[in-house]
Amino acid sequence: MFKWLHPYAKTQAAYSLSQRLTPWFAGICVLLLVPGTLWGLLFTPADYQQGDSFRIIYIHVPAAMLSMSTYVAMAVAALVGIVWQWRTAFMAMIAMAPVGAVMTFIALFTGAAWGKPMWGAWWVWDARLTSELILLFLYCGVIALYSAFDDKQQAGKAAGIMALVGVVNIPVIHFSVQWWNTLHQGATITKFDKPSIATEMLWPLLMNIAGMMMFIAALTCMRLNNEILRREQHRPWVSALLHDRRENQNAV
Amino acid sequence: MSQLIKGVLQRDLAIAFNQKGELAQPLLFLLIVVTLFPIAVGPAPETLQRIGPGVIWVAAILTALLGMERLFKQDYLDGSLEQLLLSGVPVFQIVALKSVVHWLVCFLPLLILSPLLALFLHLSMPMYLALFLSLLLGTPLLSLVGAIAMGLTVGVQKGALLPLLLMVPVFIPLLIFATSAVESAALHLSYAPQLAIIGAMLLCALALAPFATAYALKVSQH
Repeated sequence: MFKWLHPYAKTQAAYSLSQRLTPWFAGICVLLLVPGTLWGLLFTPADYQQGDSFRIIYIHVPAAMLSMSTYVAMAVAALVGIVWQWRTAFMAMIAMAPVGAVMTFIALFTGAAWGKPMWGAWWVWDARLTSELILLFLYCGVIALYSAFDDKQQAGKAAGIMALVGVVNIPVIHFSVQWWNTLHQGATITKFDKPSIATEMLWPLLMNIAGMMMFIAALTCMRLNNEILRREQHRPWVSALLHDRRENQNAV
Repeated sequence: MSQLIKGVLQRDLAIAFNQKGELAQPLLFLLIVVTLFPIAVGPAPETLQRIGPGVIWVAAILTALLGMERLFKQDYLDGSLEQLLLSGVPVFQIVALKSVVHWLVCFLPLLILSPLLALFLHLSMPMYLALFLSLLLGTPLLSLVGAIAMGLTVGVQKGALLPLLLMVPVFIPLLIFATSAVESAALHLSYAPQLAIIGAMLLCALALAPFATAYALKVSQH
């Protein structure tokens, strides 16, 4: 696998790969996210207890799950970058950071909107909510540290260390439900043997989770492309590429 | 080699004790923060007992942030940090030493001062014992983890609040466990589990943080 992966340490190879992958991710994302959301919001039966407000699950749960996995992905990229000294890995990491931060924000916001009618409060100092807020701080820390350095190579390494330190926080988030047994309802679909959710409610949720995953992947690829172009401006292949693009535009 | 390490230790301690004003500043800050709370929420002993452990811990963390600047900044500015990195001593040893010195200078006085703070906030004896133990285990963690953030930001000119943003996510779990230990003590329950978790975090940080800080210093020296 390493042999297959290694060429992508070069920025040009990474650029063309992510350029090729972007339409696939974007296409699958639209195919899954649009029907999944419509199905979930319009056609699934209402919950017997929570009524229609349970439907926020189709946005909230994917965003919350993926906010954490995006952070782990960032940490993996940072580790790869630090161990093998790949610049592209740091670029990928920093491409993911704002996307993950927005996912975290969406999870917090939808959670608050759901919490008001259900718990009677916008915000509750429950373990899971707090951990999600800490996760938002972590994302902000990584982004702020990256932007504080002028030398972006140095910035990538520094932000990478920060991401790795923060990954300690992910298990705390995950097991917090068991540790502080509080207000937030338990996980619904991670119990593998028998999910405590009806099948017709489950399918759109799974579609949305997969669709959101593709959404994050597509955004990351686009941001990675921009990052590579911005950082490698002085390289001949970038100027050739930009030149070609400009000529095409002129031709049109 | 060990002579060099001893030299570093002596030098850092000497510098710290030469600047007596700076040494006292965090303590004064701590004392003032803790004094402001009873004035703000009222002097009722029950209320103070209820919020006391949290106040002391928050004040300790803020104090740590205040004193953390000293860890590498001066050495970085006068160039001695670079010399130390070039000296051939493993960087993680230097970093570990500097964390130890920071703990001695910043947190040991806090521990000595803690009975007074407990008195101010009407903590009962078992509560104070739990608080003291949690501070004893938790404050070295603050020094070790803080060193990472300071190492990362030592070369950064702008953004004085950056270390705060970097450290707080790591400190929050510590705060949760420490205050819940004191709460258990207030209810006469066993608080060994919380202390065990803080101890585990400390050991983890002890094993990993000096290496992370060493790498961070190398990156920001660049």
